[in-house]
Amino acid sequence: MYDIKALYEAESVEDAIRLLTEHPEAQIIAGGSDVLVQIRGGRRAGKELVSIYMIDDMRGVSMLEDGTIRIGSLTSFYHIAEDPIVQKYIPVLGEAVSTVGSPQVRCIGTIGGNTCNGVTSADSSSTLHALDAIVEVTGPNGVRTLPIKEFYLGPGKVDLAHNEVQTAIMIPKAAYEGYYGNYIKYGMRNAMEIATTGCSVNVKLSDDKKTILDIRIGYGVAGPVPLRAVTAEAAGKGQPVSMDTVKLVSEKVLEDVKPRDSWRASKEFRLHLCKTMAERATIEAIKRAGGDI
Amino acid sequence: MGQRQYKLVTCTINGKERSAMVDVRASLTDMLRNEYELTSVKKGCEVGECGACNVIINGECFNSCIYLAVWAEGKDIRTLEGLEGPNGELSDIQQAFIDETAIQCGFCSPGFIMTAEEILERNKIYTDDELRKLLSGHLCRCTGYENILRAVKKTMYKRQGLEMPEDLQPNEDFHSTPDVGPYNRLTGETACIKEPRYSR
Amino acid sequence: MLIGKSVPRVDAYDKATGRTKYTDDLCSRKAYIAKIVHSTITHGFVKSIDTSEAEKVPGVVKILTCFDAPEVDFPTAGHPYSNDPSHQDIADRHLLNRHVRYYGDEVAVVVAEDEVSAVQAMRKVKVEYEELPFVLDAQKAMEEGAPVLHDRAPNNCIAHTDIRKGNVEEAIKEPGLICVDGWYETPKVQHCHIENFLCYAYMENGRIVVVASTQIPHIVRRIIGQALSMDWGKIRVIKPYIGGGFGDKQDALYEPLCAWLTTQVGGHCVKLECTREETFTNCRVRHGIRTHIKSYLRPDGTPVARKFECWSNQGAYGSHGHGIAAKGMGVITQLYPCDNVEADAYTVYTNTGVAGAMRGYGIPQAMFAQECHCEDICRKLGLDPLEYRRKFSMPVGFYEPFSKNEQYFDTYNQCLDRAIEVTDYKNKVEAYKNQTGDIRRGIGIALSWYNTATYPISPETSSCRMVMNQDGSVQVQVGETEIGQGADTAYTQMAAETLGFPLHMVNVVSNQDTDVCPFGTGAYASRQTYTAGMGIRTAAEAFKKKILERAFKFTKIQPYLMDIEDGKIVRVTDGRVLMTMQELSLLSLYDKDDSEHLHIETTTSIRSNAYSFGCCIAEVEVDLKMCKCKLVNITNVHDVGTLINPALARAQVHGGMSMGIGFALSEVLLYDEKTGRLLNDNLLDYKLSTFMDHPHLEAQFIENAEPTSAYGTKGLGEPPVNPVAPAIRNAILNATDVACNELPMRPHLLFKRFKEENLI
Repeated sequence: MYDIKALYEAESVEDAIRLLTEHPEAQIIAGGSDVLVQIRGGRRAGKELVSIYMIDDMRGVSMLEDGTIRIGSLTSFYHIAEDPIVQKYIPVLGEAVSTVGSPQVRCIGTIGGNTCNGVTSADSSSTLHALDAIVEVTGPNGVRTLPIKEFYLGPGKVDLAHNEVQTAIMIPKAAYEGYYGNYIKYGMRNAMEIATTGCSVNVKLSDDKKTILDIRIGYGVAGPVPLRAVTAEAAGKGQPVSMDTVKLVSEKVLEDVKPRDSWRASKEFRLHLCKTMAERATIEAIKRAGGDI
Repeated sequence: MGQRQYKLVTCTINGKERSAMVDVRASLTDMLRNEYELTSVKKGCEVGECGACNVIINGECFNSCIYLAVWAEGKDIRTLEGLEGPNGELSDIQQAFIDETAIQCGFCSPGFIMTAEEILERNKIYTDDELRKLLSGHLCRCTGYENILRAVKKTMYKRQGLEMPEDLQPNEDFHSTPDVGPYNRLTGETACIKEPRYSR
Repeated sequence: MLIGKSVPRVDAYDKATGRTKYTDDLCSRKAYIAKIVHSTITHGFVKSIDTSEAEKVPGVVKILTCFDAPEVDFPTAGHPYSNDPSHQDIADRHLLNRHVRYYGDEVAVVVAEDEVSAVQAMRKVKVEYEELPFVLDAQKAMEEGAPVLHDRAPNNCIAHTDIRKGNVEEAIKEPGLICVDGWYETPKVQHCHIENFLCYAYMENGRIVVVASTQIPHIVRRIIGQALSMDWGKIRVIKPYIGGGFGDKQDALYEPLCAWLTTQVGGHCVKLECTREETFTNCRVRHGIRTHIKSYLRPDGTPVARKFECWSNQGAYGSHGHGIAAKGMGVITQLYPCDNVEADAYTVYTNTGVAGAMRGYGIPQAMFAQECHCEDICRKLGLDPLEYRRKFSMPVGFYEPFSKNEQYFDTYNQCLDRAIEVTDYKNKVEAYKNQTGDIRRGIGIALSWYNTATYPISPETSSCRMVMNQDGSVQVQVGETEIGQGADTAYTQMAAETLGFPLHMVNVVSNQDTDVCPFGTGAYASRQTYTAGMGIRTAAEAFKKKILERAFKFTKIQPYLMDIEDGKIVRVTDGRVLMTMQELSLLSLYDKDDSEHLHIETTTSIRSNAYSFGCCIAEVEVDLKMCKCKLVNITNVHDVGTLINPALARAQVHGGMSMGIGFALSEVLLYDEKTGRLLNDNLLDYKLSTFMDHPHLEAQFIENAEPTSAYGTKGLGEPPVNPVAPAIRNAILNATDVACNELPMRPHLLFKRFKEENLI
């Protein structure tokens, strides 16, 4: 039994926005795999909740006319990983969300919840950063979109007003077409794990597979929020496909990441991992793109 | 205790439609255990880490401890109690858990068996590594997972009508006919009390 | 022959259908809920407690604080009682504590009508403390000026044992000796039974009934009596099926507190259920032990003298106390016998979680130290690790005067032969020489042994009752509990074997109720099949005799000319069935002249223990840059005497290996140096192995029937844990030339060690 003051169940996005407006103290609950745990732990005990879990319209993956892939915010990790569009065009996202917690958690956990709680360890988020994802937010005044980088304001803080709901995450065609990726989650065990550090790399090679046309590197738990290794990306862009390039990129990552010391892992260890994972994920991404390395 | 908020929740549980007034604060674990006495649904952590409370909802596995009871509205929910036949017959996966000694203290078993059932219903053959990943939402301290893997794998091959891989052949000392245990006592070997035929 | 047959568990059907009732499944939904207020400091005194805000929470029934609870010292360890006061367990526990000794200590308790109200009120209880400095490390706690936890132990040392054999100082004067000196450290870890500890208590006819998830109902009854200053007979403890114990539930956990609570609310049923966080913080943990070994050896490896020291981190309260370190030290000094030994073991209070019994009881720690050290000796002396172990481990004929145990068989060589064959050890050793690159493989080996049961430290006794039903079947009761290991099934096989009954005519009563069940101290020390086996054999033989004597009245055939086969009375001369057991039972019970209900109850004293042996070979793949060790193959071989049920035995070994793997690679309880708080008190941050962290677990047996045992069997529950961690450590050493002398060998440690050795 959870210490919940009141529960308001939304039947549609509009309904959710109305309920949030009517109940200024209420918080959104989607799948609840974070919210319910925090209620039990005391952090969110005794609060009013607006449940959006039953809004089925917010589920599913689709491709828009311009080739943008739209993922409803309530789509569970399991459904993302199993989705044919994801598997065909952005398999790296399926790979990333398949590392979340456990099979049951992947059935209840949603991509919207994973991004809205603003934590740096979210397994989907580093990949969404590396995919230049766009966040769709719906509020009383309609829909607005913003790049995922801007959606994160700080640890636990995202750009979402009290009466707004994140309704979708979108990957534009230009961000995935021709790109191949790899996500490495570093954990202390192989399942039921929160990332010590996560690294997601996307590369686009030239037609002859000899040159790296573009490289995007996203990290989780390498700073207060998920981040992009922009210096490393710039260093890798336009470089030949070679181990020297991989080494250069992974060295440069250290200028971008800012992990901290915690009891879960030391800063020094995380820095070592960031570099090693950039190297391994870049090699794998290049291989998947058809590069010879 | 203040003003309580209740809601009528109607859902299908183990094939039967059920309704109950449920405290909105209740988890699905609370509802299944307290309202319907489905005590195969176990509590091991209450934060979705151990898998002991796992049930199948609309064909997918969920930890019922972190699932609000009100979300069960309109859903098709299956617990371990729903797997056995009307006369207590075991399903193949339950029998495999017994035959492969995959059960020890038994506390994680209901959750595990339900995940196994969900995997088996996909009608696919998985590799050992895939099975390990599919079953990784359950913690067990007794078995080292070894015999659970055997039980699931064996049933997977059986359902697909395929020959067992070599590592699944029964051990030499294994006796597959249960000659002990309550099920057997009920169905086979119990002698009913008769008049003594030997008298002075 | 029913011994040695892999019959299915007697409880398998119920467990496979979810019908088995565990404690929470039996508790009334109307029970009051108790929630404990835990201290938010690590060491100090409670100055005052303000419950006024908490009392206002609707649904609260009663709030009791450390100022309300009786200040009676009581012990908690699940050891048999001792009539010798000097040998009794340390009584240093109170129901609630004014003197707080670890972060999370119990200072007050809320009883409410429902869980949410109890939790809300628990959070509103305001406690004011006077803080004291704290100490987390065992050796530091013994230093002068360290904070003192209990007046009874001014330097925090609970006990010190010293073993002296020969003369070390003289022996080391021998010229040409080589000294190998090593420090080895194991952390505090937790049992992680999937069912958290819980119990509920109510009053019935002026007595207290406690239903608890425990391994030791009879001992818990005694401890509740001690804690509440009540006659032990006024208390009734019932143990249903339990969701694992592993030693944690071989302790009185919150049963005394819960029993007291029901007396404070008019006998109403009160349920006290630990959360997973409480299981980690407030139940028991494994002792962290730091061991120092110095071996003086001849160049061929012959040990001439050895010195051992160990410091065992007890945590805040006595619990099982020195028993763990003492058992470990006893085992460590015997594995490689040596004429000159000095061994000192200290068990020390610290402001950390309370250490108690845990699968292995000091031996996993001792075997880690000993088998790492053995490998270090081989490396320093250039000796082959396999041959060294063959040559110097406990030989046939080894005799230990204290336990009067003898090494009857060449068991280590037999175990090693099997293990190297199964693992292709020798070829792999060759294959893994001279590796370079980021990913390297290695193979490692470790031995272990474990002494079954607690004799001669504690008296061992087992009572058994057999009662015949009208249909001729038999109810069997013992106090040695089923805790998931399969004891009830083994008992069924044993009783059926000796009685001459088929299995289905033997019903082992699983759930112990101290009002009904004959006395038995419970499940621990891997003693079930050994001690209860002796109890069952004694009872079954006597019962069989009694049955045949009774049958004489009806058959007129001399008892010595009759036997029981397949549950029927037969004439041995021609094998003719004279009567069924049902016929005998009905005739005997309803006889108009002399009705006799066939039953028996015996008590057996056990004055022996038995050494269980084993070895482990582990094969790892180490990713240097990722600082990860992947276990790729692991094989345990055990000589635990005759197997009662090979399938169940294998399953036990799997579970033990799994616990050993976690101990080796991932599990550790992390106490915050700054606050003393346990940081990883949940199953996400505490890295119990998952399905994806194991390779295939290979369990093999050597069956040398144990001559002191009723059915040739000896301890199996604990031994499989013991050799795993050192085998993995030695495999990592083989792969990388890097020795890890502390556990767990998780990525953090590998990063540190690989950096130190310039591998990354």
